[in-house]
Amino acid sequence: MTGDEMLAAEPARRGARLARAGAGPLAVLGLALAVSATTLLAVGVDPLAYAGTVLDRGFASTLGLQAAATRMAPLLLLAAALIVAFRAGLWNLGIDGQFLLGAVGAAALAPALAGTLPVWAMWIAGFAVAGAIGAAWALLPALLRAHQGVNEIVSSLMMTFLGLSLANALIKLVFLDPATTVPQTATLAVADRLPRLFDTTISGGLVVALAVLVAMHLAMVRTAFGLRLRTLGASPRAAHHAGLDVPRLTVVAFCLSGGLAGLAGAVTILGVHGTVQADWNPAYGLAVIPLVFLARLNGLAAVALVFAYAGVLIGSESAARRLGVPADITLVLVASLLIGLALVDHLGRRRRDDGA
Amino acid sequence: MLALDRVDLTVHPGEVHVLLGENGAGKSTLVALLSGLRAPDGGEIRIAGRPVRPASPGHARRLGIATVFQHPRLVPTLTVAENLALDGPWWRPIDRAKTAAAIGAVGARYGLALPAEARAGDLTPDQRQQVEIARALSRGSRILLLDEPAAATPDAAASLARLTGRLAADGLAVLFITHKLADARQAGDRFTVLRAGRRVDHIAPADARALDPAALEARLIAAMFGGADAAQPTGQAPRAPASPRPVLEVDGLSVSGAGRRDRIDPVTFTLGAGEILGIAGIDGNGQAPLAEAVAGQRPATGGRLRLDGVDITGLGVAGRHRRGVRCISDDRLAEGAVGAFPIALNAVLKAIGRPPWWRGGIDRPAAIRARGRALIAAYAIRAPGPDTPVDRLSGGNIQRLLLARELDSAVRVLVCHKPTHGLDVLSAADFRRRLRAAAGNGVGVLLISGDLDEVLALADRIAVLVAGRIVATVANGADARTRIGRLMAGTP
Repeated sequence: MTGDEMLAAEPARRGARLARAGAGPLAVLGLALAVSATTLLAVGVDPLAYAGTVLDRGFASTLGLQAAATRMAPLLLLAAALIVAFRAGLWNLGIDGQFLLGAVGAAALAPALAGTLPVWAMWIAGFAVAGAIGAAWALLPALLRAHQGVNEIVSSLMMTFLGLSLANALIKLVFLDPATTVPQTATLAVADRLPRLFDTTISGGLVVALAVLVAMHLAMVRTAFGLRLRTLGASPRAAHHAGLDVPRLTVVAFCLSGGLAGLAGAVTILGVHGTVQADWNPAYGLAVIPLVFLARLNGLAAVALVFAYAGVLIGSESAARRLGVPADITLVLVASLLIGLALVDHLGRRRRDDGA
Repeated sequence: MLALDRVDLTVHPGEVHVLLGENGAGKSTLVALLSGLRAPDGGEIRIAGRPVRPASPGHARRLGIATVFQHPRLVPTLTVAENLALDGPWWRPIDRAKTAAAIGAVGARYGLALPAEARAGDLTPDQRQQVEIARALSRGSRILLLDEPAAATPDAAASLARLTGRLAADGLAVLFITHKLADARQAGDRFTVLRAGRRVDHIAPADARALDPAALEARLIAAMFGGADAAQPTGQAPRAPASPRPVLEVDGLSVSGAGRRDRIDPVTFTLGAGEILGIAGIDGNGQAPLAEAVAGQRPATGGRLRLDGVDITGLGVAGRHRRGVRCISDDRLAEGAVGAFPIALNAVLKAIGRPPWWRGGIDRPAAIRARGRALIAAYAIRAPGPDTPVDRLSGGNIQRLLLARELDSAVRVLVCHKPTHGLDVLSAADFRRRLRAAAGNGVGVLLISGDLDEVLALADRIAVLVAGRIVATVANGADARTRIGRLMAGTP
């Protein structure tokens, strides 16, 4: 098709295209809800009651909203970690290991420093150590990728398995709190944790996470560093041709991503838990991956998606307790939604490509 | 684009028909038509007088046309026998003994050494080719298409010629497609030459036998590259001799790589300010490593580079770029530019972080867009505006953008690798005009191109690159075309 023909076809098509753009996601939402409702019916639960409880507990109740906001903090930092890596075209699938080791680092350091340093210095030290540990855990896959071309998906995922085992070993062998019966690290006193915001139960970690995410977003879209990473992500060959040091950028981006994942671990410990128990692995990272893709690797769009996800998560945990439904039922809803949205995204893009 | 223009070709059983032509002459298109990869817009294919329309490679095979493609189609991790057994229907278990016996029979008949149990990946290129031919024969084909059979050595070329001769003697119709004159002359009974999609010459077996080898070769070269009768298409007289002051001195530059295409043996040349030095040669003879080694993208294994007398061997891409060594890649969308980025960002892609477009690491969007707009205006780039993604532009406009980006005030040397490849005639002419103007302003231009017409139209001197080596440097003049044609075809 020539350019002129395309222009002529433009106005007639635009209306139809807009209608399609709106209809797609709605159809997907309906389909996802139908799948979830069928699953709920199959286990003998009234879907409407369940949905009502999820919405009520996750989004309509003050306590639920505050819990969701608190839960957002680590998710936002993990989103920042993933966006840095994905924008640079690197698949850091090791963020759960980086997260957990960062958490262990913060949990080991903070109670020890709590008596000797002012709390703010203790928090900064906790974040710094957790970030450094996360970055260090990302270093090996980064170096292998940068200098040997080893596929970072596999190596970083393997590093997560090693990280989980190392975290458990550290908790049980090195940082074990002798005062408790379950193996866990020494607990940070509630008074020494990140302050709650105003009169709510929302952890101050949310402010830290939002600030880091916004800073990361601005760095990506406005700085020379961000453009270098985006160029690398768009085309390593073009980056090399343009004179960028591709191996060094690869290592920097990967370690930055790992460091942000480590901060997510710290914000969970310093803000909420105060301790890490053995065998604790919330696997937040894997949940955040589809969210950042749906947000098109845009940090600000990720905030909205992370909020919705955290609300659904909190609401369904509550609904599970109330209605006696396994909490995993939520995963059916979330998963069918994500798959559907990804499909709409893909089909839309293919239609655009065909049109171009 | 018209790739083939009403070409007539008859392949007879018992005959090796050689199809000769330069890059872009239309050989690959013809292969694609005959092997069912593409459908013709007009004309007809007849086998033994019956019209056929090969709709897919499988269909072409059933019609009796077997193609041995330029790039090996063997699975490297499977054995030779397993590779040949892949042709069977999916539900039939592989009978190794039977396949091995069949391979042995084909091998004995045509004097091929086919190791049935060797892994295809471990074979030498020549062996791989023989396996491909054996596979084609095992399908009971009547017509064998050999697309650019690679003969690495003169010996291999001779044995390939013997093999095709035996196949023809056995009653097969062989179409041997190549750009290598020596291979063609050894193997061929009948010759057809394509240039720019047209059949420009045809020599019947009786006529070919009547000619002595030198005369045959001269006639083929004249047809392939355009002889005295072919008017120089861009009709550009060589410009006044460039200033003797060298801007770039390349001394013994070498790159070692795995394959023939990835290697250059010590290459030495000098590029004067305002001079256009053409590097002619068939694609894949070291053009890519030469361009990349000069730009700093690929580490050299030896040799030195001096820019205005200063050694720049130790500098990387960015360091050389800052000193004025610029490169326009042969892959304009995948390497030269980032297709998804807007024009403005691509215009400053080689200056990320530098003022006035960045201050303290923070970008200045207005300045970047102004730069994009300035280049669009100065180089007549047809685009809605500086925010248009580059992958929406036509090849000619992308190429003008890349040229505009490199030709800033600091440029000293410009390496152009296949700069007009794939462009339409007008865009190519426009690019060449701008390149000539840049040289007129004192830029040393290294023009690496497989398009001999382009090199002849632009260059002051022409170096011929064969198998990673500069075999000769020729001043551009009346007899340059013939001399370079001979050198490129490997018959000095």
